[in-house]
Amino acid sequence: MLRYALQRFLSLILSLAVSSLVIFLVIEVAPGDPASYMLGINAQPETVAALRAELGLDVPKIERYFAWVGGMLTGDFGLSYTYRTPVAEMIADRLWVSLPLAIYALALSTLIAFPAGVYAASRRGRTGDIAVIGATQLGVAVPNFWFAMMLVLVFAINLRWFSAGGFPGWDAGFFGAMKALTLPAISLALPQAAILTRVMRSSLLDILGEDFLRTARAKGLTERQALWSHALRNALIPVLTIIGLQFSFLLAGGIIIEQVFFLPGLGRLVFQSITQRDLIVVESVVMLLVFSVILVNFLVDLAYAAVDPRLRSR
Amino acid sequence: MRAFGSASLSLLVGGALSAVFVLVALMSFLWTPFDVETLDIANRMKPPGDAHLLGTDHFGRDILSMIMVGARTSIAVALIAVGIGMAIGVPLGLTAAAQKGGMIDEVISRGNDLVFAFPSLVIAILITAVFGASAVNAIIAIGIFNIPVFARITRGGALSLWKREFILAARVAGKSRARISVEHILPNVLNLLIVQGTIQFSLGILAEAGLSYVGLGAQPPTPSWGRMLADAQTMVSLAPHLALIPGLTIVLMVLGLNLLGDGLRDLLDPRIRTARQ
Repeated sequence: MLRYALQRFLSLILSLAVSSLVIFLVIEVAPGDPASYMLGINAQPETVAALRAELGLDVPKIERYFAWVGGMLTGDFGLSYTYRTPVAEMIADRLWVSLPLAIYALALSTLIAFPAGVYAASRRGRTGDIAVIGATQLGVAVPNFWFAMMLVLVFAINLRWFSAGGFPGWDAGFFGAMKALTLPAISLALPQAAILTRVMRSSLLDILGEDFLRTARAKGLTERQALWSHALRNALIPVLTIIGLQFSFLLAGGIIIEQVFFLPGLGRLVFQSITQRDLIVVESVVMLLVFSVILVNFLVDLAYAAVDPRLRSR
Repeated sequence: MRAFGSASLSLLVGGALSAVFVLVALMSFLWTPFDVETLDIANRMKPPGDAHLLGTDHFGRDILSMIMVGARTSIAVALIAVGIGMAIGVPLGLTAAAQKGGMIDEVISRGNDLVFAFPSLVIAILITAVFGASAVNAIIAIGIFNIPVFARITRGGALSLWKREFILAARVAGKSRARISVEHILPNVLNLLIVQGTIQFSLGILAEAGLSYVGLGAQPPTPSWGRMLADAQTMVSLAPHLALIPGLTIVLMVLGLNLLGDGLRDLLDPRIRTARQ
């Protein structure tokens, strides 16, 4: 187990190193010098050069790469080109919106998907199953930003239960903040719930066809008993993987939903930074998101290996 | 028999919906009810009615015509993005499977994992924002993330084939691994690729809509469904049809493609068919 964990850890480090290099290169080859962008087209070359020096853009790229990576390792993400404030602080501020939103959406999608998936699997081929499958087909076909607009139209404009956008901040109280995140969370959760329901259903159906369940039923367990006492636990493995991956997706995937609801989250930060050529912010946010995905994958691998020794020899 | 019936129902409904959209897109080259670039402010935001079947937008443009031309944009972007993914991903997957366990396989597989780790939407936004918002850059951004999908599915399908007797026979006959990949493996993973291609096509439609919604897809005056939604956002309380119609159009197109994909999978994968029966 230790050897396997070490192997996965090395692979994690390698993935992080390669992805940091890729992110840096993509953003560095991007046209548009931040300094000339900030000063406008009429700026004197000397002024641009001075600003480039101030921003640290005049040192060779390779040095900047190592400075950036080295800084991140110690939690120093550098200073934003545009606002001259520490990037780490900007990200932390935005995480207070994006992280709760992702967790909220994930909780909603799990709450919908679990019962729906179990119900569909236990009613396989019957009307209830077909209705659930039909609903998931619709769920994955609806663009979440359009669903968000429809939610605003119904619940904010017509019924006036929620505000159409904006975020009062956590200082305004827990319930006020959660209320502002409710419509965005529902719009993010819907397609995820549809995907998760399908995974839950098919994973359960796969397990229900296995020999050990046939044995369980042959011993005299009813279909329902077999489902609850044996199948569900075994079916959870693929479901948990998808939940893990969805979390990282939700963290980044809110970018368009944050635009719809004018939420000051990570997605909007990336968006604003791209348009302002605040490349250091973009680099750091993307790296953070990639890091979270790679880390989740790593943890999922380890958890699997801990549960199922056969996987270690893969 | 009942299972086969439901499979062909998906195929029928999905195929019909998809065909309608493709036909509408093709027809828009020859004819649309109104010109999509002509503004008619006097008739702005008209609800669906006789003169304009689906109403008009805030500039008085005919929504049906815009939907028709928008179908062209959506389909072109998503289809070319699938093409990019297949053209690069399939050879990578075949190579990885042929060299299973070797250095090349390891590099390709880890490379796939790495691309999967990137937040696709953020990277797509980055590419289009940095290199300029256009349909071409949207295609590239969506296409890049199709590559690992096709590489992985090809590798997975090919790996199980490499163990089969007919491949062993071909190897004994002295054929090279590359030749076996092209002559024997590729035709046998084609079904998988067609099904996955349909799914990626529908995801491409959604991605294109998302990118043009935030202003990074096809640029005005070319109509696109995503931008119609963005334009509608501030007027949704005054004229809900402005948001409803393009949204429902996207849903129907994606739903059609997904059903088509499901139907094709049931039809082409005999394992599922027998399992169901």
